[in-house]
Amino acid sequence: MNWTAIADYLPLYEKAAVLTVKLGVLGIFFAIIIGLICAVIQYYHIPVLKTIAGFYIELSRNTPLLIQLFFIYYGLPKVGISISPSVCGVSGLAFLGGSYMAEAFRSGLEAIEPIQTESAYSLGMSRMQTMRYVILPQAFSISVPAFMANVIFLLKETSVFSAVSLMDLMFTAKDLIGLYYKTTECLFLLVVFYLIILLPVSLLGSLLERRLKYAKPGA
Amino acid sequence: MAEDLLKIEHLVKKYEDNTILNDISFNVKQGEVIVIVGPSGCGKSTLLRCINALEPIQGGHIYLKDDEVMAGGANLAKLRQRIGMVFQSYELFPHLTVIENITLAPMKVQKRARDEVEKEAEALLKRVGLLEKKNYYPRELSGGQKQRVAIVRALCMHPEILLFDEVTAALDPEMVREVLDVIVDLAAEGKTMMIVTHEMQFAKAIADRVIFIDSGSIVEEGAPEAFFESPKTERAKKFLQTFTFEDVSKRRAAASDSISASE
Amino acid sequence: MQNLGLEVLFKGKNMIRLLGGLWVALKISLISVAISIPLGILLGAMMTWKNPIVKAILRIYLEFIRIMPQMVLLFVFYFETTKAFGWDLSGETASIIVFILWGAAEMSDLVRGAFESIPKHQYESAEALGFTRAQTLTYIIIPQTLRRLLPLSINLITRMIKTTSLVLMIGVVEVLKVAQQIIEANRMTSPNAAFGVYLTIFIMYFLACWPISMLARYLEKKWR
Repeated sequence: MNWTAIADYLPLYEKAAVLTVKLGVLGIFFAIIIGLICAVIQYYHIPVLKTIAGFYIELSRNTPLLIQLFFIYYGLPKVGISISPSVCGVSGLAFLGGSYMAEAFRSGLEAIEPIQTESAYSLGMSRMQTMRYVILPQAFSISVPAFMANVIFLLKETSVFSAVSLMDLMFTAKDLIGLYYKTTECLFLLVVFYLIILLPVSLLGSLLERRLKYAKPGA
Repeated sequence: MAEDLLKIEHLVKKYEDNTILNDISFNVKQGEVIVIVGPSGCGKSTLLRCINALEPIQGGHIYLKDDEVMAGGANLAKLRQRIGMVFQSYELFPHLTVIENITLAPMKVQKRARDEVEKEAEALLKRVGLLEKKNYYPRELSGGQKQRVAIVRALCMHPEILLFDEVTAALDPEMVREVLDVIVDLAAEGKTMMIVTHEMQFAKAIADRVIFIDSGSIVEEGAPEAFFESPKTERAKKFLQTFTFEDVSKRRAAASDSISASE
Repeated sequence: MQNLGLEVLFKGKNMIRLLGGLWVALKISLISVAISIPLGILLGAMMTWKNPIVKAILRIYLEFIRIMPQMVLLFVFYFETTKAFGWDLSGETASIIVFILWGAAEMSDLVRGAFESIPKHQYESAEALGFTRAQTLTYIIIPQTLRRLLPLSINLITRMIKTTSLVLMIGVVEVLKVAQQIIEANRMTSPNAAFGVYLTIFIMYFLACWPISMLARYLEKKWR
């Protein structure tokens, strides 16, 4: 293992890692918003919107991110919508992630027994008050495992960003291998950097899951 | 002469093709304690849920004083403040402490000041013997304790009538008494209550009037002594028999007699 | 109405080539699934053994494979095996190996989860009725485990099919590569081909995966 080479490449990988994390976090953020909206729409069975949300979820869950990115990056410009690689990456991730987050939040909402909602109504609380003070706090704790799994999944998915010319970790690795043939060193750094990004998130997920275990419905 | 607090007129409740409540009518006077008994599936819990508009009704009317209770009605939330309900499964909010459970609705719904509500909550908790648990979470309490908190939570809203839906059915026997004692206390105070229960001794002691429901209709209605000692209808008699057991030794004796007779 | 570039699909053998590309992706999925599912079940069963060394080794392997993005695994297998062992794996072979390792890891975790979700008193009540350990497993535990496992396995299969789209990046000529070739070849005649072609592939993957996930959902509801 050529440690000098590794030392040389380190800053390039660092830069790429920062880009990966930045775009990943942005994508996840928008995915959460889309997910929340879809979950609430489906929970309250709002007509028309519910069908659209369902359609969107099925579409994005059954197609790979790579295809979505290709379509957005290479296809859409042909009908006039031109986007930069970064925006493409973030929107692809948000599009895919939104449906996964929607499922996580929805199962959290549905895990709360209707009678819990009824007891809030019996106290005279309105639908919105019930959602805000009773349902959402509980649903959030219940969704944490699925939510964290989604976060990890989406961070992993950022590895396809190189397909739309984003200079992320995969791109850097492939580039350097092509230039200097130091395959082992390049791949070693690639693995290490992904571990640096993903392991803490994974551990955080396990920690949160254990601590929030109390919020099982039906106290 | 106490006025009518709750009026139920020709209530009909159907679920798909099944009629669960068939033309139920009765009134509840201020300060009255009504106990509703009946076999499983007869519609007693559904009746309470209809009064609170947790279930839509297909016919008839429910009036709280002069206001009609309707599922989907505009002032339903306001009406529900005046009706307190305690559920068999307690239904405390697991993510809030005992005191938070009690003060949430009075503060957010009735817009009362935190100090005032907390003071009242603590006084009520003291009355039911749970003041030292006020910062505990529901999961740290026993069933009986949770149910007493649920009753305090309902009381803190100052309801005009309290509905109790088989509130001791899920409790271990030792805890049943502590909850029933609270309800007896409330009755002594003069609170208007409708109680669905299987606890017959309790019913006899506390009721001003017993309503016996079977298959969705009121079969018999009357003072507790009359109902429990000398039920008028066959179905009531049959129902009350399910709570008595014939002495097993008599049957054993009869069985051994027949064996020795055939030898 | 702007040209959507769909006409390129009807030219010559383009559609057939696209479908051929999709078939390559499906072939990789099918082979990987066929091997990784039994392998995963075996590994999952092994995880329930009490041997701490076996458990530790398996645990490390599984966690690593599951936490690494599949792209990284593909790269490592494709490039590193050439460098380190001198093997010359084709993109397809490397993909299949990676997918088998990944699929088996995921499957073993599903198996372990399904086993652990069976409540302890199922075992106890069986023993109280006089069943031996082997009988308990055969008649009571495994049927329940399979019921929980099947929808999740189908979900895994869908995920594997979607992930095969990545093999483009290590040079396998599958549907996306074919698409790129078609678009490039028709650059002059159908400048908007990119839109139509990628849209078509989008729909193709959807049609491949959606029925399967619907099946999984149906089974899950039926057996809950």
